[in-house]
Amino acid sequence: MIGRSLAVAVLCAASIAQAQLVSRPVPPADAVERGKKQFVIQCGSCHGADARGEDDGPDLVRSEIVLDDEQGSLIGPLLRQGRPGMSAFELSNAQIQDLAAFLRERTQAAINRNAYPLLNVLTGDAKAGAAFFNGAGRCNTCHSAIGDLAGIGSRVQPPQLQTRFLYPRGGRGGAPPKPTTAKVTPRTGPAVSGTLEFIDDFAVGLRDAEGYYRSFSRDAVKVEIQDPLSAHAQLLKQYTDKTMHDVLAYLVTLK
Amino acid sequence: MKQVVLAALILAGALAAQPLNPAKLLQPPTDSWPTYNGDYTGRRFSPLKQINQANVGTLNLAWTRRFTAGGGRGGGGAVQIKATPLEVNGILYFAAPDNAWAVDARSGRELWHYTWETTGGLHIGNRGFGMYGDWLYFETPDCYLVSLDAKTGKMRWNQQIADVKQEYFCGPAPMVIKNHIITGVGGDSLDVPGYLESRDPETGALQWRWNTTPRPGQPGAETWPSRQSMEHGGGMTWHAGTYDPELNLYYFGTGNPNPVYAPQSRIGDNLYTCSIVALNPDTGKLVWYYQVSPHDSHDFDNVETPVLIDGEFKGQPRKMLAQAARNGYFVLLDRTNGKNLLTAPFVEALNWSKGLDATGRPIPNPDMEAKPDGTLVSPTEGGAANWFAPAFSPLTGLFYTHASESYGMDWKTDLSKTPEGYGGRNQTIWIQNQLQAIDYKTGKVVWSHRYPNQGGNRSGLLSTAGGLLFGGDPTSNVFAMDPANGKILWHAGLQSSVGNGPITFELDGRQYVVVGAGDSLYAFTLPGH
Repeated sequence: MIGRSLAVAVLCAASIAQAQLVSRPVPPADAVERGKKQFVIQCGSCHGADARGEDDGPDLVRSEIVLDDEQGSLIGPLLRQGRPGMSAFELSNAQIQDLAAFLRERTQAAINRNAYPLLNVLTGDAKAGAAFFNGAGRCNTCHSAIGDLAGIGSRVQPPQLQTRFLYPRGGRGGAPPKPTTAKVTPRTGPAVSGTLEFIDDFAVGLRDAEGYYRSFSRDAVKVEIQDPLSAHAQLLKQYTDKTMHDVLAYLVTLK
Repeated sequence: MKQVVLAALILAGALAAQPLNPAKLLQPPTDSWPTYNGDYTGRRFSPLKQINQANVGTLNLAWTRRFTAGGGRGGGGAVQIKATPLEVNGILYFAAPDNAWAVDARSGRELWHYTWETTGGLHIGNRGFGMYGDWLYFETPDCYLVSLDAKTGKMRWNQQIADVKQEYFCGPAPMVIKNHIITGVGGDSLDVPGYLESRDPETGALQWRWNTTPRPGQPGAETWPSRQSMEHGGGMTWHAGTYDPELNLYYFGTGNPNPVYAPQSRIGDNLYTCSIVALNPDTGKLVWYYQVSPHDSHDFDNVETPVLIDGEFKGQPRKMLAQAARNGYFVLLDRTNGKNLLTAPFVEALNWSKGLDATGRPIPNPDMEAKPDGTLVSPTEGGAANWFAPAFSPLTGLFYTHASESYGMDWKTDLSKTPEGYGGRNQTIWIQNQLQAIDYKTGKVVWSHRYPNQGGNRSGLLSTAGGLLFGGDPTSNVFAMDPANGKILWHAGLQSSVGNGPITFELDGRQYVVVGAGDSLYAFTLPGH
């Protein structure tokens, strides 16, 4: 669903800012911990230690009863009475609330995809990555392992480095990317160059070398854009998953 | 004389204040825009031509109005108008999460504002109303269908249509077909099953429910490995479809299967997720289906509007259905039976698919599924297209859609045999928005307008017999283009980007174009009219 594209920085920034989730209360951590221990002992053999279910018992993380439960309101009676295939349990109110807290924490962990921990992203061959960097990828045309990228492997963690080297956005532990520049040539008069600040189909605005903001109607000028990241966009079409992982492995060695 | 004119105006006003005439739903939109897409075809083509290529350069702002949300735990704060307003008898009706308004279409004056006290749910957007006589219907983020009296904005009744505690959330514009109010649901977080329902316009009572995934023993169950997988297989119904009254078929697209990025527990095609389906609206029975993204693992909800086209294909007159899908393919079907006529990519560099099978279905490339160390996928999760309205002009024979070329990283985070929820993550790496004009007869992109900036909003579109294509760009301009070649003929800068699809209608001999941008509606007319 687009509604959950929370990691999309560019695509949906406007809509995501409006996406308000009215969330349910987070259960207290100590209750979750007590409930977890109790669950593993009393419920884990059938439902699995993580409540995802086993052959003998269903997944409880996405169970309708668990999701509709409020602090044991539905789980409590069910546990005390038992049901076909599950015996009754003698549990105090506090124990039931702890179990409910653990199950609520499990469902919230499943729901909150932006908190899913990434697994190992570092699977490439650093040597092959270096060869690509200095060869087919032509990365060394603009970058240097002993220059701008020196120490990048220490400054940026691999998961962040992975997306950043593919298309840098800046502001994540390294120097910001070079600005996009524009050269604007009016029908008459001299061309003006500077850092691009704004462009759409109708206007272009730039900051010239003296710090003045200059804007022009697009229909009255010729605009030439120099985007230092255009090579990154081009490379996206050339990477295989192997070359992409190899380059990451190489960049991580630049301590 | 003055009194006579006044009396005549009052009489005209009294006559205008009529319930929605159901016949309006079957006609191309002129003096009204009575349903999400203006009519049942999904073409968003208006026969109006007072505003045309010769005079569009003089189009002026008639009025603009800001709206402030109120009430509800999730209410308050800024409004993002994603709803396409209905216009019936001179009144605009539109909604935002937990909020709904009626507005005088001639002046922008607010007639009433209804607020709903929410109990939760994702407040990502509301696409608008359905209307039946004097009654309006909209969905709330916490999944109630609310019926309002169009005259007063007072609630008639509400009916729960899904359980928000199971992570459903709701917001599509209900579809009104005969005496059926058809509602859909959303929610990808916890592997809940999708369904479409029809409800009684008088009472809200359930008429039928169609599950988007089969149950054991039913047709389609062979495309899932287990009861668990199909009962937790997703397939949401979060966008309005289209209707052919002659065939009596309701067409709509279904959402992606669950778990989203970890498909190991759902080996198979996973019917009827990511499909275009045709249902009988009286019974809710499936008549045909065509799956556009088999065994999806990239969050490519296939809810994009199925646009009904009547025309020629390879020399034969045909009743067709066209969709620019989120997965990047344009598909053209025979809408009498769901048979594929044509499939073609409408953006470059799609890498999730290995090509097409004999029936025109894209074949997913298993190597491009999310992996723990990341897979670079094109397009990214937001898709080559998405829910924003496409348009079709019978005058040019072109299908118009905003589109994106993009790359995103898909990581699988859940390797267990029973993954949950998303089972992985996505991050967009790069995106370039453009407007594509597609020849429905060939699937070829005839012209493409690439915006000079990356990313940003993608608006809905409107085509008219005045030789105009209206839309909004990724910054904050509303524009009119020549639909034959994409040349921009007019634009105006707004406070924010167009968030819905433009509509047009004629009142008192004056053609209006209305768009929503941010928290405001803007109405444009020609000077002197």
